[in-house]
Amino acid sequence: MTDMGIRESRPDNLVLSPVKQSGLGDQMKRGLDAPICLTWELTYACNLQCVHCLSSSGRRDPRELSTAEAEAVIDELQRMQVFYINIGGGEPTIRPDFWHLVEYAVDHDVGVKFSTNGSRIDADVAAKLAEMDYVDVQISIDGSDAETNDHVRGEGSFATAVQAMEHLHDAGFGEFKISVVMTRHNIPQVDEFKAMADHYGAQLRLTRFRPSGRGADSWHELHPTDQQQRELYQWLLDRPDVLTGDSFFHLSALGEALPGLNLCGAGRVVCLIDPLGDVYACPFVLHDEFLAGSVRDEGGFQKVWQESDLFLELREPQSAGACASCGHFDACQGGCMAAKFFTGIPLDGPDPECVLGHGEPLVEAADRQARPVGADHSRSAPVAFLGRK
Amino acid sequence: MTFDATTAYRLHDRVALRPEPFGALAYHYGNRRLNFLRAPELVALVESLDGHDSVRAAFDAAEIDQRRWPSFEKALASLAASDFLVTA
Repeated sequence: MTDMGIRESRPDNLVLSPVKQSGLGDQMKRGLDAPICLTWELTYACNLQCVHCLSSSGRRDPRELSTAEAEAVIDELQRMQVFYINIGGGEPTIRPDFWHLVEYAVDHDVGVKFSTNGSRIDADVAAKLAEMDYVDVQISIDGSDAETNDHVRGEGSFATAVQAMEHLHDAGFGEFKISVVMTRHNIPQVDEFKAMADHYGAQLRLTRFRPSGRGADSWHELHPTDQQQRELYQWLLDRPDVLTGDSFFHLSALGEALPGLNLCGAGRVVCLIDPLGDVYACPFVLHDEFLAGSVRDEGGFQKVWQESDLFLELREPQSAGACASCGHFDACQGGCMAAKFFTGIPLDGPDPECVLGHGEPLVEAADRQARPVGADHSRSAPVAFLGRK
Repeated sequence: MTFDATTAYRLHDRVALRPEPFGALAYHYGNRRLNFLRAPELVALVESLDGHDSVRAAFDAAEIDQRRWPSFEKALASLAASDFLVTA
């Protein structure tokens, strides 16, 4: 008898039950008719200059999609029944048409979750957000105190983010999200992050730090130690209510699988549209090698998603390569493509943070000068934090 | 509320189904949850529920083998538990 078991999930964590038992993982590997997790970076402009920024954001690119082009993308997502999108940047609220595009999406059955550093979430904006349906807000912080956070995100950024949380809380927004990229400096603070989320009635979301964008430069200083990875794994296992964006599947090689998809969704269920309309396999691989096409091409986003050579290739069975002989391959699937790519490890090699230690020697051996780098939108000189009052 | 296959159910107004090779992806705009309907027969059945006085009448109409009813009922009960199905 066919197992028709319903698998329920929240958009942030794709599948709550272990996929291995359900067979859903195999179906996911072959790809879906439309993505489930679509991230859309609306602009490369940002008033911060975080040292781990995956898109090296800072300056707006003059070729970014116009309002009309962005609306056309939303129309297409509605036709494809992409039920919700994750909007990011850069700092997306900097775009003058940001609120218009959010409303346009919601009016076209495309729910929105947007990530922000909080600098534009004042009391009025928070009140407006509290009245909107189908809009989720995610405030980014990277430390539970100003010192840890501002080291990564810039001076004053912690106070700004906390103020935005206060505004959302006071406005009765409900359950917003607090999103933290896990680093060597903030993994010891996970309990404080959880307490902060509980204090605001928010949901905590912890994601994996990747060596993408400026993250390549800060990787060696910020990526977690092996011991920290083990502690985090146990902490997450004990707290299935903490969202992870399914990003820690490489830790599943430590034993019991973490809740979630537990495989790389790039080009299969996940993709990224950048501010220019270029479509990449996932948010962490803004590099020509993973560029599938553009929403500006004939056939638009749908054709890129359904027919691009890159995405069709990613949906083929992937070689286990150097990991084939490892007994844990079924659990970790070789880890994160982006993490390997930007640390100079072959895509069929182990994850740089392989919990069995297979990645580290390869990272050490890789020629740091020869590692691939993505486009850089950083401002030429560091600027003072603009969101401060 | 426990699922009762002798009564009528229908899809929640805020639920959308997206056809997929494995069946369908269901999204609830109200509680923002996703469900995977992992059999084409289940998708057809869920879509037909609205026209029947009871879930079992819908099974009959869809000519679903009685031996498979328990697994269908389990799947529908799970959908009802997360508010994807409501009593008609």
